[in-house]
Amino acid sequence: MQALYAQLLVGLINGSFYALLSLGLAVIFGMLNIINFAHGALYMMGAFVAYFLLNLGGINYWWALLLAPVIVGIFGMILERTMLQWLTGLDHLYGLLLTFGIALIVQGVFQNYFGSSGLPYAIPDQLKGGMNLGFMFLPVYRGWVVIFSLVVCIATWFLIEKTRLGAYLRAATENPTLVRAFGVNVPRMITLTYGLGVGLAALAGVLSAPINQVRPLMGADLIIVVFAVVVIGGMGSIMGSIITGFALGVIEGLTKYFYPEASNTVVFVLMVLVLLVKPTGLTGRAA
Amino acid sequence: MMTKSIASFLLGTALAVTTAGVAFAQDKTVKIGALSDQSGLYADLGGPGSTLAAQMAIEDSGLAAKGWKIDIISGDHQNKPDIGTAIARQWFDVDKVDLIVDVPNSGVALAVNNVIKEKNGVYINSGAATSDLTNAQCSPNTVHWTYDTYMLAHTTGQALVKAGGDTWFFLTADYAFGAALERDTTAVVTANGGKVVGGVKHPLNTPDFSSFLLQAQASKAKIIGLANAGGDTTNTIKQAAEFGIVKGGQKLAALLLFLTDVKAIGLETAQGLNFTETFYWDMNDQTRAFSKRFAEKMKNNAPPTMVQAGVYAGVRHYFKALEALGGNPHDGVKVVEKMKSMPTEDDLFGKGEIQPNGRTIHNAYLFEVKKPSESKGPWDFYKLVGTVPGDQAFTPLSESKCALLKK
Repeated sequence: MQALYAQLLVGLINGSFYALLSLGLAVIFGMLNIINFAHGALYMMGAFVAYFLLNLGGINYWWALLLAPVIVGIFGMILERTMLQWLTGLDHLYGLLLTFGIALIVQGVFQNYFGSSGLPYAIPDQLKGGMNLGFMFLPVYRGWVVIFSLVVCIATWFLIEKTRLGAYLRAATENPTLVRAFGVNVPRMITLTYGLGVGLAALAGVLSAPINQVRPLMGADLIIVVFAVVVIGGMGSIMGSIITGFALGVIEGLTKYFYPEASNTVVFVLMVLVLLVKPTGLTGRAA
Repeated sequence: MMTKSIASFLLGTALAVTTAGVAFAQDKTVKIGALSDQSGLYADLGGPGSTLAAQMAIEDSGLAAKGWKIDIISGDHQNKPDIGTAIARQWFDVDKVDLIVDVPNSGVALAVNNVIKEKNGVYINSGAATSDLTNAQCSPNTVHWTYDTYMLAHTTGQALVKAGGDTWFFLTADYAFGAALERDTTAVVTANGGKVVGGVKHPLNTPDFSSFLLQAQASKAKIIGLANAGGDTTNTIKQAAEFGIVKGGQKLAALLLFLTDVKAIGLETAQGLNFTETFYWDMNDQTRAFSKRFAEKMKNNAPPTMVQAGVYAGVRHYFKALEALGGNPHDGVKVVEKMKSMPTEDDLFGKGEIQPNGRTIHNAYLFEVKKPSESKGPWDFYKLVGTVPGDQAFTPLSESKCALLKK
């Protein structure tokens, strides 16, 4: 029984990454209608930027949490300005193909320079060690990941669903012409939104750097699962992706306990089941 | 009339044999295929570095100056047996490849083994670990160079059991390699009076090991045996440190660890780990000289791993056999027989031999990862703890199930 509690907690920790990543995807899809396959590559860039900041600039983890999302976010905005914006109004497939191509190029460049086995990034001193919870030994850093990502997820949801800025944004995607008539600069808003989504991916990358290796393919390994999370949650639904992210982390953790061989596939089995019953995903609205 | 036709038949056959002999003696073309994981979790320990090692073997053989024409191509098997065999087939059928080298990932290696036997090519495997390549599934076309699971189990595994690690829990990569390594290590553990208390099989290329590590922790086993490799091993070791496993009194047995893995983990976390390799760049003047030349041509100036060193040594020995044959007969069994008949000797692995089952025998070394304070350079990672002579490290022929031995 103790072991089961431990697996639940570990699942929640992995769920934090799924939630942060799928949240970014949901924001981008919900607002821009782009299926952002470059999300994994941008997550990887977040981890690498943190590594560079530390090893080349001597800038520590805490600053990296702030700076890496900004730096990668700016890179994302440049992508949006130079490439993605030309796809407005076209079929989703074009965005998917373009961002998939971008991901392959970015990963290829990093792999060419840094190989595939990855670079070490140490846990910051303040978060080292762990505590004995009775049923398991919880590394402090993992506890921090869960709390920090929950806060970020809720803040993002609040920004989009409850503030005036979020209302403009949602209105701009419903009817850009009308919103523009009110004097709102819609293209700039779209660019900033893409930057926000990308920044969330990079933030997840920084969070993951001390746990996993900083590897060029770290995003590629994760992105398919995250897409499954988004599809199960309902494409574009903010709350749906947060809840599904955490929930799937837990389900995956339990699978690793009961039948580890299936842990890589359980998410997809669930996706099939959910889509059979509810094609729009758990919280998605019909298009 | 009858005698005349018989005579002409005999004459014709004699002529054919002679011309074939002449053609073979004159044929000095060789094509090598370096088949590896070029982009996945084993790409740094083999991959482009293995192709470079093969190229260096071609240059160092000096055969070009003697009129030989040697080409090399490379391919990415992506850790998938079907892709590996498809490439191998195309290489033999279309590209007329004579020799396939490297092939990490035991699943792919065993699949490719069958193709090479069917096409009568030469296979010098350096990257895969499974001892089945020279045991149950041995082939007259295959030479298994650098290391195997039997050797890893009988060096690292045995040393740890003898040091008091008598209860084991396995974290095993769920494919041919993990199964072979767990099987061979279990045999050693039980033979030495130890006990395996449990284990868990994880999918290849798993980013998060925390669930599995919790199970290993709960098992209370003294030793957690890592029957995995590459990125899987580095992630396990890193996350085990995070969960305080070593501090809690359990010991990690990295049954297979490469130079590039230690680099990826960092000395801070990896220090003190015991493991086995058959080659390390900083062993002596010859290995240092070769590694310096190699590193100058590699990205990140990385010295060779034991897999890449094995590709170099294997290809050099292959060329020695071809030279001794006076040309390339394009007959895999014949070339491999010649390779087995000659003792092996090179700057990287020293003296050795290839056994009738295709297993190359050379020394194995027990290493320990240095503390960060002991390391003097970017790749100065290992302390030598002990040397195991080749005849004790690898499967004794009396135990081998290889069909080639039962002639």
